Amino acid sequence: MKLRVTWFDSLIVVIICLISLLVILPFLYIIAVSFSPPGDSLAGNFFIWPKHWTLDAYSYLLNADTFLTSVRNSVVITVMGTLLSLFVSITLAYALSKKFLPGRRIMLLFIFFTMIFHGGMIPSYLVVKNLGLIDSYWAVVLPAASSAFNIMVIRSFFQSLPESLDEAARIDGAGEFRILYSIVLPLSKPIIATFTLFFMVQFWNEFFSAVIYLNDTSRWPIQPLLRQMVAISASNISAEAAVDAQLAANLGPNVQNAAILLAMLPIVIVYPFLQKYFAKGAMLGSIKE
Amino acid sequence: MQRTLRPKRFNQLWPFYLLAAPGILYFVIFHYIPMSGLVLAFKEYSPFKGIINSPWVGLDNFRQFFGTSDFYILLKNTLLISLLNLVIYFPFTIILSLLLNELRLKVFKRVSQTIVYLPHFLSWVVIYGITISFFGPSGVINHYLTEWFGGSANFLVSNEWFRPLVIFQSIWKDAGWGTIIFLAALAGINPEQYEAAKVDGANRFQNIWHITLPGIKSTIVILLLLRLGSSMDSNFMQIFLMTNSLNLDVSNVFDLFVYHIGLEQFNYSFAITVGMFKSVASLILVLGANYAAKLLGEEGIF
Repeated sequence: MKLRVTWFDSLIVVIICLISLLVILPFLYIIAVSFSPPGDSLAGNFFIWPKHWTLDAYSYLLNADTFLTSVRNSVVITVMGTLLSLFVSITLAYALSKKFLPGRRIMLLFIFFTMIFHGGMIPSYLVVKNLGLIDSYWAVVLPAASSAFNIMVIRSFFQSLPESLDEAARIDGAGEFRILYSIVLPLSKPIIATFTLFFMVQFWNEFFSAVIYLNDTSRWPIQPLLRQMVAISASNISAEAAVDAQLAANLGPNVQNAAILLAMLPIVIVYPFLQKYFAKGAMLGSIKE
Repeated sequence: MQRTLRPKRFNQLWPFYLLAAPGILYFVIFHYIPMSGLVLAFKEYSPFKGIINSPWVGLDNFRQFFGTSDFYILLKNTLLISLLNLVIYFPFTIILSLLLNELRLKVFKRVSQTIVYLPHFLSWVVIYGITISFFGPSGVINHYLTEWFGGSANFLVSNEWFRPLVIFQSIWKDAGWGTIIFLAALAGINPEQYEAAKVDGANRFQNIWHITLPGIKSTIVILLLLRLGSSMDSNFMQIFLMTNSLNLDVSNVFDLFVYHIGLEQFNYSFAITVGMFKSVASLILVLGANYAAKLLGEEGIF
């Protein structure tokens, strides 16, 4: 069949192009400012193409201790958080995928209930505080280790694997851990890849728990630091002490936008890998028993 | 014979309970123990006496909360943001899905989807940073406003601009991502229906109106009800970043109030009271939405 292009098709293409442009333009602008000398961007005499190119902002940031420390903290939190989340979510979801397990329904209800009711911010804060986790990376990592939604999605993936597979392994005398490790996990690469990337994004983007649980700002990951760096220019944030006076003094629009760009860089790098999987992964969540 | 292949006795089942244990422990510690903290709503917490020995005050905290004008302002701000999202963001997502679905060139469709999904993965802080670059006092928009019209606007520090900006941010960040579920529903529509409509001489608008939209009706209803069910939740991270003392009249929502009272003023009991009101109201809304879905003949959320 020949593809006849009507005015209707052209109109839709134009609209989608405009929307896509609206998404992309801010990125181009941020990049342009980050490569320009501060005076240029303030003059606003360009939009997406710098008049003069300079790497000042990047060389400044990559030499600023506060910034580098926050990147290191983010990396530590992301690695810890991703590994812990994968472990907690996969083990529980696997157990709950076994229909023969007595008590399975009660455990499912127990987990599902947390989706519709929760204690809220202050009780959660008190728990973290009473566990003595304040100022430790664990305060950021542990409370976010899993969620009912993650468990449900991963569980429905495990349930889609053929049951006869582990029965065959059992006949051959494999133990349950062996079955999980050498048969189920290798078959679950798509879902593990999806969630590894989701968890990485989640922990890299973590902001609020760092603000409330880490009083020691030398432990701060990149997001709260970035917030302080950009908020200073908005000059609308009630006087909150800048993390680093030297860092604040050097803030020009180029440094701020370079920081925004560096804070999203890991996401932009993993995004192509993420994209391959997530449409499928996101759909799994809508499958009901 | 078949039966024996499945673990049945405890000495065969314990590996599964062992695997479940860390996860269950996680939910107990970080989801259920906080729920027990809600008793503080009925006490006057004193740090010297501790949670258990602090005196009971009955419903005093609730009376105090409902008695102030704060309550009505918080309720209004919270619901208004949810309502605006419902009437602007939500239809926008549906329209975007329909537009993407009508694209016939597969490569173009995939590229544009890749582009509109991306902002969903950025943190709210990054979105906030981009917002400042554009709408801040020395941002692009104000630069051109000054150049062309000789004036500038206080986008970030005024009551009028707070809601439009917040809705715009939501659309920019998440509308693309929100299309995924609609596109999946759209892919499930039987193509024979379009063939039949073609024979009947329907044009593309008629196709959309009579086949496509009815085809995703149940998805629309369920997502709409889920949104209604979460009306009491604002997107806290977004609001937290966008708020400041000059737009507090419109930006103060329940979660933000809880944060200020609890974590800045250390009035735990009162903050927990407000949080508990929100949690209970949300629970009722979710159950109500689910009931409504079933009344409408849809499957419901659970």
